[in-house]
Amino acid sequence: MSCLTDKFDQLRKIYPEEIKSSMVLPLLQLTLKEKGHLTESDAIFIANYLDVPAMQVKEAMTWYTMLYRAPVGRHVVKVCRSISCALCGEDRLIAHLIKKLGIQPGATTPDGRFTLLEVECLASCGTAPAMQVNDTYHEQLTEEKIDRILEELS
Amino acid sequence: MTCERVFFTFEITEDSHLLPAYRKRGGYEALEKAIRGMQPAEVQAEVAASGMRGRGGAGFPTATKWSFLTKDAPVYYLCCNADEGEPGTFKDRWIFEHSPHLLIEGILLACYALNVRHSFIYIRGEFDLSYRRLMNALEEAREAGLLGQSILGSGFSCEIIVQQGAGAYVCGEESSMLSSIEGFKGYPRNKPPFPAVKGLYQAPTVINNVETLATLPWILTNGGAAYARIGSEKNTGTRLFGISGHVLRPGLYEQPTGYRLKELIYQDAGGIAGGKALKAVIPGGSSTPILTAEEIENLTLDIDSLAGAGSMLGSGGVIVIAEGTCMVRLLQVLTRFYAHESCGQCIPCREGTAWMNRIVTRILAGKGVAGDLERLEGITVGITGNTICALGAAASMPVASFLQKFKHEFAYFIEHGRSLNDGRLEVKL
Repeated sequence: MSCLTDKFDQLRKIYPEEIKSSMVLPLLQLTLKEKGHLTESDAIFIANYLDVPAMQVKEAMTWYTMLYRAPVGRHVVKVCRSISCALCGEDRLIAHLIKKLGIQPGATTPDGRFTLLEVECLASCGTAPAMQVNDTYHEQLTEEKIDRILEELS
Repeated sequence: MTCERVFFTFEITEDSHLLPAYRKRGGYEALEKAIRGMQPAEVQAEVAASGMRGRGGAGFPTATKWSFLTKDAPVYYLCCNADEGEPGTFKDRWIFEHSPHLLIEGILLACYALNVRHSFIYIRGEFDLSYRRLMNALEEAREAGLLGQSILGSGFSCEIIVQQGAGAYVCGEESSMLSSIEGFKGYPRNKPPFPAVKGLYQAPTVINNVETLATLPWILTNGGAAYARIGSEKNTGTRLFGISGHVLRPGLYEQPTGYRLKELIYQDAGGIAGGKALKAVIPGGSSTPILTAEEIENLTLDIDSLAGAGSMLGSGGVIVIAEGTCMVRLLQVLTRFYAHESCGQCIPCREGTAWMNRIVTRILAGKGVAGDLERLEGITVGITGNTICALGAAASMPVASFLQKFKHEFAYFIEHGRSLNDGRLEVKL
């Protein structure tokens, strides 16, 4: 945890003491980035670090969808299923990914390479259909484009 | 920056989002003008003269919102709402990716006008390029003395803290956003007290949308009166209209308010994909009531005009739906969204969005039963007005309007167990 604490301290410089509670989400996000997923002990560690109630951090940790609480694959493939992408063939693409990766949305491949998720609007409606692999957006998708994107990932 | 464009004023190149290019476009001149030669009240007066109404969706006049701030408080906060999540909306992303300094300058102008020393940008956690370009732009601004202590050598100091969301649509609701910035799960709060009285950390807080704030440099450069001359009378200026769905050229178009909806669909966006006829339009993001092709015939993109037609301009995200689209299936995409995004605080919304989704999903599976449509209508009535925030109403409006305008498709599905159309959402080319 010591290297994490250094990063926590860096962040603390940005936030005045009276609004330190605002660091709950940033610290959860930092920890997630370091560890891949979050556990209850992470929440307690952050609560102690900030001297805020543990329940506050636990509630936040379990409420936001991007804060994974179970291990995910090396590449998290998030396919947008909201209205504009749905109108532009999201069902085709998710079917293609299910077949290609051999897993249902929500699952991770046995080799730990991919986690497949269906997510709500990525704000790529003008360039639909869209997906996000880890942080990177991929837009105006076709089955061929998805194949190329997946091949380039380790 | 003299023609009727606030945003699409330059060619996008590899470095057009960087500070030197922004400066070449006249960037930060408005800030300099304000800090050096204007009193905060004069900046407020310019914004009032512009007649601008907020771009987040509710369309509340910006200067009026500012005027509600408690006077003489020791601390004020400003939060820029960049939790762009309304399906069909993708305008804030463009601002972050292509002109982040426009937003930073706008925030600083608002902070100067409102005596704010700490402001926040609450940006969606999913946004990656947007976030990186924003952080880079803030760094550039800080190095150039445009952000932080004594900006441009004046007595005005202001910090901008960027807070990343973590995947919650409801955090775009202003009080939910405040909960989230304060480090809690994003539960909306009861109003009153309104954020202008008791907002972030109980201090008077102004919350404005990205597009709203990014318009301020133009208003201060050209004057509020010049801005008020653009667009329609009670709904001034230009807007970034995002058009998506079944059109040939989906994307973002900047047009003055009062622009004809049909022109946006058929000229800017090139008409309906596959040469199909128009079936329906959701005019302002997925929560706004759907309109049929006949209803949009003479409609203009204006808050009052759309309200008159029983819908809303909302966030300016126009979703176009071609003939042959299965409305039952389309509604299920929407009910699934709201059931997923209800925060769980108010029971009518928590239960109601899930019930609505269950019923529509059941109809879609061919297992609809008599009375389902009446049940759906009953739930929309039960939710609306009985929740702390507007998410409940936002979830109900699509259901109510789909049922009102396409009831026969739902009745057909329940009776026959299959779609009246071929059950697809994508246009068959």
